Amino acid sequence: MIDWWQALVAPFPPLLLTVAYMLVFILVLFACVAYATLAERRVLGFMQVRLGPNRVGPQGLGQPIADALKLMFKEMILPNDADRFLFRTAPLLSMAPALAAWAVIPFSEHLNFADINAGLLYILAMTSLGVYGVIVAGWASNSKYALLGSLRSAAQIVSYEIAMGFALVGVLMASGSLNLGDIVMAQQGSILHWYWLPLLPLFLTYLIAGIAETNRAPFDVVEGESEIVAGFHVEYSGMGFAMFFLAEYANIILISALTALLFLGGWLSPLEGILPAHAFHLPVIGVLLGSGAHWFIAKTSFFIFCFLWFRATFPRYRYDQIMRLGWKVLLPVTLIWIVVEGVLLYLQLPPWFD
Amino acid sequence: MTMLKKIRNLVRSFTLSELLRGMSLTGRRFGSKKLTVRYPEEKTPQSPRFRGLHALRRYPSGEERCIGCKLCEAVCPALAITIDTEEREDGSRRTTRYDIDLFKCVYCGFCEEACPVDAIVETRVFEYSFFERGQQVMTKDMLLEVGEKHEAQIASDRETSIFD
Repeated sequence: MIDWWQALVAPFPPLLLTVAYMLVFILVLFACVAYATLAERRVLGFMQVRLGPNRVGPQGLGQPIADALKLMFKEMILPNDADRFLFRTAPLLSMAPALAAWAVIPFSEHLNFADINAGLLYILAMTSLGVYGVIVAGWASNSKYALLGSLRSAAQIVSYEIAMGFALVGVLMASGSLNLGDIVMAQQGSILHWYWLPLLPLFLTYLIAGIAETNRAPFDVVEGESEIVAGFHVEYSGMGFAMFFLAEYANIILISALTALLFLGGWLSPLEGILPAHAFHLPVIGVLLGSGAHWFIAKTSFFIFCFLWFRATFPRYRYDQIMRLGWKVLLPVTLIWIVVEGVLLYLQLPPWFD
Repeated sequence: MTMLKKIRNLVRSFTLSELLRGMSLTGRRFGSKKLTVRYPEEKTPQSPRFRGLHALRRYPSGEERCIGCKLCEAVCPALAITIDTEEREDGSRRTTRYDIDLFKCVYCGFCEEACPVDAIVETRVFEYSFFERGQQVMTKDMLLEVGEKHEAQIASDRETSIFD
């Protein structure tokens, strides 16, 4: 199947092909992001025992298109005292890192854009950059609510970055590699070999820190509509607002994909080690049962659903509680578990660390 | 005792048991039947005593019921009803003007209760709108027309409900 594709694209220069693949991927990603907004509204609706948007097209499937069209035709208002350049740059600053991080995400063993050694480091750098979009937006708006929102965001993201970084250190110790592909391959075996089990505290910490990083409920004091209207993006309208909205969902998808890669074995099939080996050689079902990009997408979707689930369930944290959780709970938990993990590694505990 | 409590609290928060309980609740609701009424296609049930748009009724003979006693005008708390009366050729008293301002009306149903001959009633019609100013005043002819259109429903509602 791969052969005929390679024969087809052989006459084109590789650089051109990479750019073409990227364009296609970004379009697909944007479609996913647009439909994540619909998914959010419908899942939230279902959990609140109502239906959510279901009027535009079958099951509301036309809703994201209608929303996008509406926002595109609206005026982007520039406040009088806003910093014109920064005000326009901020939405791009929050969108770009969320897209750039996808460059190193492996969808399956050979399906990725860049297979670089320090992939995890690159991801950490990119997800940290996202905060600048929020801070710059708050600063450039020259509005007190926007500034308050961005200050909260800065403090929150810096605090949770540390817990997140330590959770990643745990993964790094277990896999012995910064390359995302190698990290997934190190989890090979069965569903019990994946890092969610030996690194359970780190897994939960990473998930919680990821929610905080994306400024999602219950950590959404950055937007905090009951206190500071809409936080950092009060002054934005039209496409500028849409960009922040899309960036938020792009970040959710990214964090979900990373959680799937680092702790749930990425593209590895959960049926490995459960079904007999010959099951994976069956004609069509074998491909579906075996490892591949579809498992990665399924796991990512599950975590995206969890993000929506959390939002439907938990009330918003107070600001000081957020800080307490980040510094006094998550950070010590990760530190302790890294020490525990060090001991386990030293003992070469099977089946994970042998 | 306090030590025990502290430990119990610690275990409770680190096993995330409360969070999981909350999530199981929302998870159960996710699959449950939805309460939403898909409005134009589905409607909520109405009581026979529903108080919607007003109507003036006629007797089966075609004679209008209203005798111009002005009890409804007197009882109306919003002063929405305006009535003028005149003697007809056969000597009976009839209204020449019967206006209800729907912007003033509070749909309390007092007019309906005050009426000795069941002439003014409130129907089950609640989906109506006006496109220009002035259209909110229902004249006698308009009220009689509403009554004619919905007479079957009005009559059966008066029978099934315990009005007297």
